Amino acid sequence: MLLEVKDLRVEFPTRRGVLTALNGVSFSIAPGEVLGVVGESGAGKSMTGAAIIGLLEPPGRIAGGEIRLEGRRIDNLPLAEMRKIRGKRIGAIFQDPLTTLNPLYTVGRQLVETMQAHLPLSDAEARQRAIGWLEQVGIPAAAQRIDAYPHQFSGGMRQRVVIALALCAEPQLVVADEPTTALDVSIQAQIIALLKRLAREQRTAIMLVTHDMGVIAETADRVAVMYAGRIIEIGPVRDVVRHAQHPYTAGLMASIPPLDRKVERLAQIDGSMPRLNAIPPGCPFSPRCPHVFERCRVARPELMPAGATDAACWLHDQPGASA
Amino acid sequence: MNRVARFLDSDLWWSFRTSPVAVASALVALVCILGAVLAPWLAPHNVLDLASVDLMDAFKPPFTEAGWTLGSDDQGRDVLSAIMFGGRTSLLVGICAVLFSTVVGVTLGLTAGYLGGTVDALLMRMADVQLTFPAFLVALLVDGIARAALPQEVHERIALGVVVFAIGISTWPQIARTVRGSTLVERNKEYVLAARVIGLGNLRIMATHVLPNVLGPVLVIATLNLGLAIITEATLSFLGVGVPPTQPSLGTLIRIGNDFLMSGEWWIAIFPGIALVAMVLSVNLLGDWLRDALNPRLR
Amino acid sequence: MVAFVISRLLQALPVLLVVALISFALFTFVGDPVAAMLSQDASLADRENLIRLLGLDQPWYVQFWKFVGNAVQGEFGLSYRLSRPVSALIAERAPATLELAFCAAAMTLCIGVPLGIFTGIYKDSWVSRLLLTVSLVGVSLPIFVLGMLLILVFAVHLGWLPSFGRGETVQLGWWSSGLLTVSGLKALILPAITLAVFQLTLITRLVRAEMLEVLRTDYIKFARARGLSNRSINFGHALKNTLVPVITIAGLQLGGIIAFAIVTETVFQWPGMGFLFIQSVGAADIPVMAAYLLLISLVFVVINLGVDLLYYLVDPRLRAQR
Repeated sequence: MLLEVKDLRVEFPTRRGVLTALNGVSFSIAPGEVLGVVGESGAGKSMTGAAIIGLLEPPGRIAGGEIRLEGRRIDNLPLAEMRKIRGKRIGAIFQDPLTTLNPLYTVGRQLVETMQAHLPLSDAEARQRAIGWLEQVGIPAAAQRIDAYPHQFSGGMRQRVVIALALCAEPQLVVADEPTTALDVSIQAQIIALLKRLAREQRTAIMLVTHDMGVIAETADRVAVMYAGRIIEIGPVRDVVRHAQHPYTAGLMASIPPLDRKVERLAQIDGSMPRLNAIPPGCPFSPRCPHVFERCRVARPELMPAGATDAACWLHDQPGASA
Repeated sequence: MNRVARFLDSDLWWSFRTSPVAVASALVALVCILGAVLAPWLAPHNVLDLASVDLMDAFKPPFTEAGWTLGSDDQGRDVLSAIMFGGRTSLLVGICAVLFSTVVGVTLGLTAGYLGGTVDALLMRMADVQLTFPAFLVALLVDGIARAALPQEVHERIALGVVVFAIGISTWPQIARTVRGSTLVERNKEYVLAARVIGLGNLRIMATHVLPNVLGPVLVIATLNLGLAIITEATLSFLGVGVPPTQPSLGTLIRIGNDFLMSGEWWIAIFPGIALVAMVLSVNLLGDWLRDALNPRLR
Repeated sequence: MVAFVISRLLQALPVLLVVALISFALFTFVGDPVAAMLSQDASLADRENLIRLLGLDQPWYVQFWKFVGNAVQGEFGLSYRLSRPVSALIAERAPATLELAFCAAAMTLCIGVPLGIFTGIYKDSWVSRLLLTVSLVGVSLPIFVLGMLLILVFAVHLGWLPSFGRGETVQLGWWSSGLLTVSGLKALILPAITLAVFQLTLITRLVRAEMLEVLRTDYIKFARARGLSNRSINFGHALKNTLVPVITIAGLQLGGIIAFAIVTETVFQWPGMGFLFIQSVGAADIPVMAAYLLLISLVFVVINLGVDLLYYLVDPRLRAQR
């Protein structure tokens, strides 16, 4: 396994007590694999990504569990060590390309400094490679545009630059946090296709955080569904989309309009996700769950094999049962 | 929950209680305010009553005689009493100036932000022009011009008002800009649009919907401006162009004491100076705390 | 670039015109210049003669035009108080103020900006906390109180430094400099510190706030995610972005130094323009007030122009618009 996250717990101390933002999050990513992470806003998907690259916003902190990259723990590394991993081993793509590039440096300079921070390259070599990267991500006239400033690019072009920056030191894993959310719908597909193609060419694994099931269905090999700071279902993308085992996932899938047939009315899940300071005991989804029974309200289910996926749901604790 | 209980449970109160600096500076500010407001009743001597001042009492050193704790000045006035009465004037001018600039700033900022267009452009251009000059210089110039332009007897009668006006007018652009910025944000929010759709008048919408949302930043600026206003008043009075001598402020006292610094009667200037710094510092610390408390993001 | 400068100059013109109008109004409507210039026993004919001579019988806009024309040539008439040409008075006093302001500004920028950057980057260290608390005392300390304290300690008690005046000066053409003699330099120390401390503490706090603001941005977070070194992030990416607002702040500070020079000069009886101005306000000496007003506006306009130019050099987004 390339990345292994085991029992990750992230806490935010506040004046009214400690909030647990992530609780018992475990998953792994194989080399070259695309793992989609979905969930409502506040479910903890972006925070999982931030924890992996070691950039949790203070006062948030990792309070338990471990993160391993190729078997080596990286969640407790000293700052200088972690810096060598960021960019070099794990790249990152942020949501809003308008704010992720330094407005006062040319894109070429930002590419060059990133590569030179991690690879032994001369200035001329780095510049040559920077032009190559801009070409790879589909920036026309890259040799001239390399000396342009970020504000001279459109939003979609800037996200291409961000992708080049994330990949230019050839990391094994890229954490992409909502990479298309801030973009025009017409550009989203291009960016996703680009990301997918480059990942395949470079053999880079991607952790793709998004709330857009469509993007996941099209891109990911496997998908993890998050709810209230936990992973409640994880499995191959086809199985999760077609045969969801957790009632929440099933509800999520039913709320996506199908393309191949007409429906009278889209399904919806009643209620809303609990706030972090008011997560019910037992299964966090139990107050909204259509299949809730006594056990759900008192005991918390862990991920357990359910059909072709793993789901954190007591319905699957009975032999031969399914949701 | 009633209002008191809700306040005691609020984040603001909590952050106040847990900040020793905020509590200490609030106490100092309270002492200053009480000493100033209650000066006529608390002060050992009434320094404003010329009949009670005796030249025989002049130049008493501090801590030597009961009833003259901080010594006396060249005229035989008790320094402690003079500080209390002087603080009264300083505080009065400071608070009035801040109220004035806040009312002007909020009104113009709301108007500019809400109406937009030419009004906005005109008001903000005015603010820009004034911001070219430091606030202190504006206050000094307005005060100086009023001094030169008004006939002497008129000026003497309204001198305090002139100082309040000069200081107040020197800080309006900053408040107006902040309020305008917040107003622009609020104006396009849905509840304001909704209020418009159901036909509420502009004035009503501004007063009931937009105003409450811009009060936080205004409160912070106003608090910090109070410290600035007190300093500005003291500086003007020190320069001899501030409040009239008949109503001495802390700055006036320091101006008087400055003449005796070289001859060894340091207490006449230094004690009012300490009082002034204590007052301003406590106000500034409170303002600083308030800004952090209202903007937890900034910590 | 040239177009940029010209457009900024054109924007500054209205400011100068407004100030000129205020100065002119002071001249025309405040006090009685004729009475001020005539002797007690002058006849009515003398008076009317003088009015015609001064052009006071002409419409106001003609007078204003003449006023502006004179002002451009540095001609402001005679000081009521000192009966000497205002331009000569100002030329005499300007070097003292400029030398004081320059030293204070150098101290402010060379100490205040690095302190602000330091306390912004290491915002949680105890040194930063201490510096911030001390800086709040600095902001709360009125300039004249500080000046007095310094005089009390270093002039009265220790007797190390003079408490007033400029010391010996050396004449370099029309410029009288105190920077070249020991007594001149000694006399400069206390006023320069007095003038610098308030601005220095203020600029430290403002630069720190800007630095914190920049360090919170997405592009800094992204720079960290790219694995850049702390040094390159703090002193490259963050500092350069902080520079843009800091230039404005520094411009304002320079203005503040010139304004507060008035106070410092009064405390230390420093023979500069500010001291002259305060004495003129006390004596309602309109010509000097008007001249000072115009001159200082010109200085502020120049400072603002400089700020705009620096902006233009630092921020590529501005350059691109042109």
